[in-house]
Amino acid sequence: MPVAIDAQGLSKKYQLGEQQAAYGTLRESLSHAVKRLTRQEHPHGKDEIWALRDVSFEVPEGEVLGIIGRNGAGKSTLLKVLTRIVSPTAGRAEIRGRVASLLEVGTGFHPELTGRENIYLNGSILGMKRREIRRNLPAIAEFSGVEKFLDTPVKRYSSGMYVRLAFSVAAHLEPEILLVDEVLAVGDAEFQARCLGRMEDMGATGRTVLFVSHQMQAVSQLCDRTILLDDGQIMRDGPSEEIVAHYLQTTAGAGASRTWPDSTEAPGDDLVRLRSVRVVDEDGTTSDYADVRRSIGVELAFSVVRDGSPVLPKVKLVAGGQIVFNAMDTDPRWHEPSPPGDYVATAWIPGNLLNEGLISVDVAVCSIDSPKLHHHVSVHEALSFHVQDPAEGDSSRGTFTGQWRGVVRPLLEWTCERG
Amino acid sequence: MIKPASRWPHLAVSELWHYRELLATLVWRDVVVRYKQTFLGIAWALLVPAFTAAVYVVVFGKFANFPSGGTPYVSLVIAGVLPMQYFASSLTSSSMSLAANLPLVTKVYFPRTLLPLAAVIVPLVDFIVGLPVLIGLMWRDGAWPSAPTVVFAPLFLGLAVLTALGTGLLLSAVNVRYRDVRYVIPVFLQVLPLLSGVMYAVEEIPTKWQWILAFNPMTAVIAGWRWAVLDASAPDPAQTAVGFAVGVVLFVVGLAVFRASEPRFADTI
Repeated sequence: MPVAIDAQGLSKKYQLGEQQAAYGTLRESLSHAVKRLTRQEHPHGKDEIWALRDVSFEVPEGEVLGIIGRNGAGKSTLLKVLTRIVSPTAGRAEIRGRVASLLEVGTGFHPELTGRENIYLNGSILGMKRREIRRNLPAIAEFSGVEKFLDTPVKRYSSGMYVRLAFSVAAHLEPEILLVDEVLAVGDAEFQARCLGRMEDMGATGRTVLFVSHQMQAVSQLCDRTILLDDGQIMRDGPSEEIVAHYLQTTAGAGASRTWPDSTEAPGDDLVRLRSVRVVDEDGTTSDYADVRRSIGVELAFSVVRDGSPVLPKVKLVAGGQIVFNAMDTDPRWHEPSPPGDYVATAWIPGNLLNEGLISVDVAVCSIDSPKLHHHVSVHEALSFHVQDPAEGDSSRGTFTGQWRGVVRPLLEWTCERG
Repeated sequence: MIKPASRWPHLAVSELWHYRELLATLVWRDVVVRYKQTFLGIAWALLVPAFTAAVYVVVFGKFANFPSGGTPYVSLVIAGVLPMQYFASSLTSSSMSLAANLPLVTKVYFPRTLLPLAAVIVPLVDFIVGLPVLIGLMWRDGAWPSAPTVVFAPLFLGLAVLTALGTGLLLSAVNVRYRDVRYVIPVFLQVLPLLSGVMYAVEEIPTKWQWILAFNPMTAVIAGWRWAVLDASAPDPAQTAVGFAVGVVLFVVGLAVFRASEPRFADTI
């Protein structure tokens, strides 16, 4: 199959000082230079950062390639290099076909110009020939739904009209290669959904698509193949599901299940031994992912080895270094000393409680020895899972798609009266 | 093909040709936007040089009695003001072109040289619109060009374009890093007409000074332009050659600086 993108040894170096003093005045630069001379500071003392390090890959025509990695792993830099916005420090890439990216939507719109004039301006900036624009003009106007206002300066448009017009220009670009940076995609839920829809269409019609995303589900669903970047380097390259699973295990903490087959090495003391822990969804299957709206369970399987004091299972959820909550099973059955045997206890965390992101779970089995807790078993970061919002409009964020801060994210009941 | 950027001062003509439609669009955008929401519109392209010339005529012609070298003074001044206005406005907009088009520079690829290039083409429209003022005065004063010399007029205008583009490439690249450029240019442009012979005939001043002014390409532009269209006395060929040479050097230096800093535009702008 013909190759659409052939990248060989792409590297991009940034100088930290340079980025910080993005634009200083001449005076600042001079005073720095003088300081260097007088204090004999080492001129290469500035920190260098390799945003990309020797990145090589090939993308056959028609492939949908996912690019994943932590923030700062170099994903956006890679896209910028491939769109030629920044040039690489070393290496080369060959691209066959016209490239367009959905992060350029509306670039170059001039507020004083009319909608029609801006279609020409924006289309030509995105690489369309004037002939093509003229041919597509009716379609673009119709798709945008602002036909009536085509001869109005866009500075009088509402922001929704503006985005729709900009997107319809980009949607009629018909590139051979499409680059999508989900992190940078702006706009409302509908707009983002359109971006994704457009991507699926493009992939289906045999175009080459590069998709940068944090949404692992979308990546494994849409992409044939995925590249995992870390620290500017390609860590893994292979089938999406495999790479996504690897990424979640290595960078996302402990993972969704853990077993200790050998009871002598399992965490515990002479009273209680842990056998396994896992995160389960409502159907009881192990899951790395929790839908923000559904409940999710943390399951502890442990054995009580001998008769002794009453024990109770306990979990602690931590998100972003902050304790979300501690929870213990307070059922009366744990008031009596537990008879020896195997136990499986599951803590059900209701839907619409946790916020999105990575949650790590500490598990313990303890007995109450007020004012202290006596831990028979205690495993720090035993499990982890991701809470995700599919953004279907029925979680507490409604149709908003931006960042929604908070340790918890309850769906409250609101009352409202009109006075 | 994506490679580390070449630092060689190449113009990449074939690539510029490939992007000619975008260049046309950028020029069109700036021409259209230039006089939006003004009451007098494109008439300003006539009025600005006319007002400037009027001030020069009164201050330098009547009071200071600057030498005109046999050419009617009013025609002499307007023939100097038009290329100078062109240069001033080209230099200003091309120097600001990268910073002014920040969203384009950080989000889309196209040859960055298009921005300063479009910026020196746009004021040509003003220049052409301003020409009737000159022609009207020439008609009044009867200072018509003798047929053959007028064909050289575009050559001298070309030197003004080249000089503006060279300086614009240089300053636009510097301006990405140091916004000081914005404050330096107006000061420079206030002095420049005096150093280019806009309000006097250069051949009337002592030869030693003529030679110093010859290093300013705009001196050659204005003297040559007057010779071509006003039938004024011919400029010294050696001095004109120096002017052209400096113009070419400025262009090469400007392009070299531009290419050297181009890879960092999107990172530092």
